[in-house]
Amino acid sequence: MNSSDPTLPAHEGREYWLPTLQLAMQEVFDLMLACPLEVPPTPPPEAILDITSMVGLSGQLCGILTVRCSARTAARMAARMLGIDAEKAQPEMFDAVGEICNMVAGNFKNKITGLGDGCMLSVPTVLTGVEPGLGSTINDMRSGEMNINDEIQTVRLFEGEPIVLTLEIHS
Amino acid sequence: MDNITALIVDDSSVMRKIVERSLRQAGLGIAQILEASNGAEALAVVEKNKVDLILCDINMPVMDGLEFVKQLAGIENAKGVPVVMITTEGSEGHVVQALSAGARGYIRKPFTPDQVREHVLPVLETKR
Repeated sequence: MNSSDPTLPAHEGREYWLPTLQLAMQEVFDLMLACPLEVPPTPPPEAILDITSMVGLSGQLCGILTVRCSARTAARMAARMLGIDAEKAQPEMFDAVGEICNMVAGNFKNKITGLGDGCMLSVPTVLTGVEPGLGSTINDMRSGEMNINDEIQTVRLFEGEPIVLTLEIHS
Repeated sequence: MDNITALIVDDSSVMRKIVERSLRQAGLGIAQILEASNGAEALAVVEKNKVDLILCDINMPVMDGLEFVKQLAGIENAKGVPVVMITTEGSEGHVVQALSAGARGYIRKPFTPDQVREHVLPVLETKR
């Protein structure tokens, strides 16, 4: 299971984008962290999401893909990727979350016919701190999933801790 | 071929470490790993060192991987050095672009260590 799987035609509509995004995320965690993600209970567990990684998409799809998690989760993801202790991985956590966001964005667009070549990715940007206006605590999300016109959002658990993936669609 | 010097080019230090680990696990005779965080840095490394294999990302600041591969052709020291792209840009168009620019292989992120071996081994065997 990897990014060479058959792609979904874009004309089939955006209702397929949420499961495609979830699959893209799952594959990245399976292959790069050797750790399956879990579906959270409703509502998802409480967490302060103070690390945000963003990758911009331009071309046939314009928008921003973000991965949000706690600093503790980010360090644990870096540890998984590097095969070292979470404490030792702390200096690498920003880079790790940025790369995860980048891989999820790339894997997602490669699964949608036409986006692979027609959509470009920016290099990832990683921010720290909580922005209340962006709903940075997991409590702001009722079900953990959202698929409306201009935003697709999903929550998965990594080692029991929530990770929020959002695709904000501009055009 | 043993005692291979490999250059890993990626703006992510985490990804450079993962690629290094995959190369070492693959038993390809890697003796030395050199690193660069973008194409411009990588050109400087190649000018100063004898490199046998290059693994290179595409999306990087300063100079991207495709531009790096094009400019590499102009460096005498790098003639015949195989380049394998490792990137999230996995579309057919990007693969064609990379191969046209001079890359010899293409690995899509996310990847497994086995996939690194599968793509790098034939490239090194051709060099032998």
